[in-house]
Amino acid sequence: MKKRHSLQDLRGTTSFFASFMAIVVGLLFGLLILLVSNREQAFPAFLTILVGGFADGTKGIGQELYYAIPIIMTGLSVGFAFKTGLFNIGASGQFTCGAFAAIYIGIKCAFLPAGIHWLVALLGAMAAGAIWGMGPGILKAFANVNEVITSIMMNYIGIYLVNMTIVKTIYDPLKNQTKPVASSAIIPKAGLDKLFNSNNLNIGIIIAVLMVIVIYILLHKTTFGYELKSCGQNKAASKYAGINEKKTIVLSMMIAGGLAGLGGGLLYLSGSGKYLQVLDVLAPEGFSGISVALLGMSHPIGILFAGLFIAHITVGGFNIQLYSFVPEVIDMIIAAIIYCGAFALLFKNLINKNKKHVVDDKVVNKEETNVKEEV
Amino acid sequence: MEYVIEMNHITKIFGDFKALDDVTLKVKKGEVHALLGENGAGKSTLMSVLFGLYQAEKGEVKINGNHVNIKNPNDANNLNIGMVHQHFKLVHNFTVLESIVLGRETVKAGFLKKDDARKKVMELSDRYKLKIDVDAFISDITVGMQQRVEILKMLYCDNDILIFDEPTAVLTPQEIEELMKIMKELVNEGKSIIFISHKLNEIKEVADRCTILRKGKYIGTVDVSSTTKEEMSEMMVGRKINFNLEKEVQQIGNAVLEVKNLTIKAKNSQKNVVNNVSFEARRGEIVCIAGIDGNGQSELVYGITGLMPINEGKIILNGKDVTKESIRKKSVEKMAHIPEDRHKHGLVLDFDLQENAVLQTYYEPRFQNHGLIKFNAVKEYAKKLIKQYDIRSPREEESIVRNMSGGNQQKLIVAREIDRNPDIVIAVQPTRGLDIGATEYIHKKLLEQRDNGKAVLIISLELDEVMNISDRILVIYEGAIVADLVPEEITVKELGLYMAGSKRGVNYEEKA
Repeated sequence: MKKRHSLQDLRGTTSFFASFMAIVVGLLFGLLILLVSNREQAFPAFLTILVGGFADGTKGIGQELYYAIPIIMTGLSVGFAFKTGLFNIGASGQFTCGAFAAIYIGIKCAFLPAGIHWLVALLGAMAAGAIWGMGPGILKAFANVNEVITSIMMNYIGIYLVNMTIVKTIYDPLKNQTKPVASSAIIPKAGLDKLFNSNNLNIGIIIAVLMVIVIYILLHKTTFGYELKSCGQNKAASKYAGINEKKTIVLSMMIAGGLAGLGGGLLYLSGSGKYLQVLDVLAPEGFSGISVALLGMSHPIGILFAGLFIAHITVGGFNIQLYSFVPEVIDMIIAAIIYCGAFALLFKNLINKNKKHVVDDKVVNKEETNVKEEV
Repeated sequence: MEYVIEMNHITKIFGDFKALDDVTLKVKKGEVHALLGENGAGKSTLMSVLFGLYQAEKGEVKINGNHVNIKNPNDANNLNIGMVHQHFKLVHNFTVLESIVLGRETVKAGFLKKDDARKKVMELSDRYKLKIDVDAFISDITVGMQQRVEILKMLYCDNDILIFDEPTAVLTPQEIEELMKIMKELVNEGKSIIFISHKLNEIKEVADRCTILRKGKYIGTVDVSSTTKEEMSEMMVGRKINFNLEKEVQQIGNAVLEVKNLTIKAKNSQKNVVNNVSFEARRGEIVCIAGIDGNGQSELVYGITGLMPINEGKIILNGKDVTKESIRKKSVEKMAHIPEDRHKHGLVLDFDLQENAVLQTYYEPRFQNHGLIKFNAVKEYAKKLIKQYDIRSPREEESIVRNMSGGNQQKLIVAREIDRNPDIVIAVQPTRGLDIGATEYIHKKLLEQRDNGKAVLIISLELDEVMNISDRILVIYEGAIVADLVPEEITVKELGLYMAGSKRGVNYEEKA
């Protein structure tokens, strides 16, 4: 059951509370795992997770922001699609395609002036992601093929196609990865690196926050957002109202793909020494995006904070290696949080349902018939 | 006096809302007892208490004079209480026999013993004069026969107390007459019937006594033969109701909508669900398309409004050919559509009232500026509609539409469609499932539209509605128009014959 969430809305508060409870229970579950695996070190390690990047001062915070950028973008991608009634599991493939396009432009288009080279590369990333999202969108709109299945398949097509093209064009065979991009394609740092004392951080975080705001405005303030949401909630009624529901679905998937693609560009043009490697693995950022979107209740602002939070405990996860724990504990905690989030939603819906009986005689009727059916 | 059912002083509270407030229902053995009330009066809740779906806060239930505590529907069933639902609960790819025994199968070593069941069903069918074809598939039989199957199902379970929940809503006049006979037969055989309805004609015809509820309160139980319809309706609504719409004679103007040779083929088949339909709707008239459900009315409207592609024909709006135009374009050209299925097409249920209020107009400059929604304008507009059209909801313009009552949802759609000043309103079953108050209101609004020199096209299954409101009646049968009638010149019975396909109008004779 989808609900609208806006900050001034009372229902938004309940959603926030649900997410918060999910986080608390998820963290306690993580503590349990730590306790089971090594009782003595569990509590200091747990504290480390909670402190996260804050342990390293500004540098740690910078690191958190750096980790947050791609998952905020994929989270936005999944959350945006979800708001418009689509489940975009293809963020991973769109992310990889975007990353490849950014790197390709970063290497091959070095003739572009330094000020705009990185910008063009990012736009290319966006476009590549959008194209990758378009396929499932078109199939959904015109042939009613479930976008979950097509977007999963597009993930695999995307990664193998990118692998193949890397090898043919911008391959560094020694390291089994892409060649480095031109320095003009690296996203400007604008002093953020000095502020946070972290070489990885650049204005990518500002771009990500900007996109959060853009998506928020698009969804909640514009007629286009109104059309998107209306199609997501009731396609038949949207058609009745004269909205071109097919076009809307395709556009929605393209925007979602573009966001994920931009995430790929932002990560691989950050100049942090990260290269797109030729591996048979789907980009994990795409799936983290699903977690971020769920935790953020698909609301852009919620996604921003959910992305920051997950980056926070991920950095904490790296730090618990000091206590000889594996960082994968964090993945388990995140998974537990998502589960609890789902239960919280379930619980909330149950409460709402009971309330509804008072107002809606129809529900009563329906239940009555359902039960009678079994007799 | 012996009562089979006594529900004394039942009070049922949800939160701080009294759904039932000291309601008493006493049904005598061998009578048809009508339960009359508007939507939300508490009829369903009362029946839910009887079925054990709800536990009443106060009050007692007695069956055959014995105190009972009904905790769930199985208890009710063990007390021989059965119900025929408004929407039948039948499995379409089962045969009639299979449907009747479903849940009560006689088995031997895990295998069905159909012969015993068949014998019992045939006996019951003969005894109560319920004509059925036991081997036909449910999907192939008429709605009337489906209902008889439902009744047989109750009888097969040896139920003595039968509840009919608005059983006539889906039937033709002839089928209704048949049902009335069956109900009389059943009480003659010693069964007792609770007949839930808000149609006074039928109550008058078949019921012995009638209990009236209003807003969860018990208003009274009356002897039907000595009470007039007007008295009963006043008890139900709490005020006088004007049954006959007062219509002034209107000047008929130009045709707003012309439909020419419209044909729509069924999906995956060559059958024409809409077969060469031509008609026009002119300014200052209300045209009703009458017909039994499933004779192509829905498809005809989908075709005209653009929700479904058409195969042949032309649609002309205000003299302009709009056959190939988009839904939006038709809407801009002043065609309004009150859809048949308000949950599927009419509303986005999880949007709030104000968002739904602008579903057809959100793109107009008054509600947006460079693509940004003017929230204040939308809010003001919703407030205006709420006030002007008396739309009631828990949280005014911020109510989620899903939480609004059916009548108010419909009022919202009617308000939205009429308020944009269309030249033609196409209203499909505009009062389906609505109580008398809301029905009266919506009829008044449609009539106003006509009196303002606009065209109105109504598709309806309710004969009273058709006879009452229309200036002209087109009868549709198997996708084709079979008669063009004037309501003053025909009777309901005749109209029923046209609808059943056994009569055709002048100029509409069947082609060889």
